[in-house]
Amino acid sequence: MKEKINIITSTCVPLPLENVDTDQIIPARFLKATTREGFGDNLFRDWRYDKKGNPNPDFVLNQDTYKGQILVAGKNFGSGSSREHAAWAIAGYGFRIVVSSFFADIFKNNSMNNGVLPLVVTPEFLSGIFASVEADPATTLTVDLPNQTITNNATGTTESFEINPYKKDCLVNGLDDIDYLLANKDKIEKYELERR
Amino acid sequence: MSKTLFEKIWEKHVVDTLADGTIQLYIDRLYCHEVTSPQAFAGLRERGLKAFRPQQITCIPDHNIPTLNQDQPIQDPVSKNQVDTLEKNAKDFGLAYYGLQHPKNGIIHVVGPETGLTQPGMTIVCGDSHTSTHGAMGAIAFGIGTSEVEMTLATQCIMQHKPKTMRITVDGRLKPGVTAKDIALYIISQMTTGGATGCFVEYAGESIRNTTMEDRLTICNLSIEMGARGGMIAPDQVTFDYLKDREFAPRGEAWDQALAYWRTLYTDADAVFDKEIVFHAEDIEPMVTYGTNPGMGMGIRENIPSLESVDEAGRISYEKSLEYMGFKAGEPVLGKTIDYVFLGSCTNGHIEDFRAFASLVKGKKKAAHVVAWLVPGSWLVKKQIRAEGLDQVLADAGFELRQPGCSACLAMNEDKVPAGKYAVSTSNRNFEGRQGPGARTILAGPLVAAAAAVTGKITDPRELI
Repeated sequence: MKEKINIITSTCVPLPLENVDTDQIIPARFLKATTREGFGDNLFRDWRYDKKGNPNPDFVLNQDTYKGQILVAGKNFGSGSSREHAAWAIAGYGFRIVVSSFFADIFKNNSMNNGVLPLVVTPEFLSGIFASVEADPATTLTVDLPNQTITNNATGTTESFEINPYKKDCLVNGLDDIDYLLANKDKIEKYELERR
Repeated sequence: MSKTLFEKIWEKHVVDTLADGTIQLYIDRLYCHEVTSPQAFAGLRERGLKAFRPQQITCIPDHNIPTLNQDQPIQDPVSKNQVDTLEKNAKDFGLAYYGLQHPKNGIIHVVGPETGLTQPGMTIVCGDSHTSTHGAMGAIAFGIGTSEVEMTLATQCIMQHKPKTMRITVDGRLKPGVTAKDIALYIISQMTTGGATGCFVEYAGESIRNTTMEDRLTICNLSIEMGARGGMIAPDQVTFDYLKDREFAPRGEAWDQALAYWRTLYTDADAVFDKEIVFHAEDIEPMVTYGTNPGMGMGIRENIPSLESVDEAGRISYEKSLEYMGFKAGEPVLGKTIDYVFLGSCTNGHIEDFRAFASLVKGKKKAAHVVAWLVPGSWLVKKQIRAEGLDQVLADAGFELRQPGCSACLAMNEDKVPAGKYAVSTSNRNFEGRQGPGARTILAGPLVAAAAAVTGKITDPRELI
């Protein structure tokens, strides 16, 4: 059972970079663990810490001004490697939602399989969030998953977002694909027989 | 009704379609490596499940393994634990396992095609984005996350949305000195790193038809670098000749039956793609990258694009990228001194790549200051290199062959490029830190890598051929 998502209102962490790849989210040298835990400590490791392991004060995760359950990033977030460790790192750090104007496919699937909502907004709405947060870091966003809306509470603008009903159902109820598949094993056996 | 190659294979693998269009897709083959599978096996144990179809699953450690002294225990205890865990999981769940020293060990995306495990018409997944490689043989192959590895282990199915279809046609003939890697880097530079996201790509056109099987593996391998779900090429005589008599290829009557089916796997003349893109082979030069994603590529004689040519929202990222690389907008990359050369990876670790590299360095010497890592994609590739005497050509030019593995492509083993150093790499990603913290990667094909290795700087290989 994954954590459920319903309505979340939170401040957010802005990362206005484009094409953030999963090697940046979690570098390969931290992929050697055999469990799903602990990856949040190394989220954005090489941007977050210097070579000696000291926090880099310029990086947003090290600035007390910015915090919250929502990460807001530039377009094409999560490109590159299929490593689910990226989703584990984001979830492990405490983010429940990532907002961007565009996500890489595999990252999007991996996020939803770990109870993290990848939320696609228009480029205009995205730049609106960045502007609001720059003006006031205490800006909150409200994400209403059942009604598929996101609101920038600084400007009062609301946008609706797309999510397929099956995945929405999984996130709202904390279920994953494997629960569904295991319940449908007879269909798989039938398929195999008919294919022969 | 007319269908694309993708649709023909996809529809044959649909077990069920939910009301919202979500598809339960049957998977013919699952490949597992040591990095993205341990949590999936742990999940199976927690739920008390067995592997549903163990004979359809193959496990090969490749990411963590050293490329020297593979007969010794792995030095890094954490890497060793991950490799040992895969071996134990394979044994406990009754799966084929090709570990270190096994003649079929190597990079999973090299071993799958060369042993004939990968075949036209199949659906193939692996917890690795470069699974797109196998599409070169006319299969639907794509990377998945660990949760999906677990689903496949448990049920041989995953839940998917049908991707959009895209055809990329490269017509005309390639100029001399231009390799399959250059085709791919050119396409990605035009498409950008997210330009094919949401799509499954079929490559077509004269210059794709004229390629070897190894070239096709290189082209499909890089599909993910423009965001594509996967890439594929319709199987033809090149594919069938490559596959015939490979260890796991069907034989006798089964071969004839399979062949008859494989010959139906092409896009019908009037089938419609969601997106069609055409490139011309004569526009493609030997390519290099100058930035920190594979879309930031250009012809080797071009200058790095200006900041003004980048759209406004992307300028912070662009400047950050050039700063990381130590390059300036507007300058050439040609002539820049480099420190490391890496020939290998699932992109360019095939026999053809070693032939190309050897053909250029033959009779020349490696530049004294360059550290060169030549890593065959598998033991079968290494065996072939020896059989053709290429090892001697390389040795005469001052190059040593290492043992197979993913190696410096992602530097999970000891093969790390030091911070600030420049590496010309035949691998697939030039992301920040990909080849080691602070390492600066210039992606290129095997000829550009060879030219850099002997001159010590970025050199147009056509000057040396």
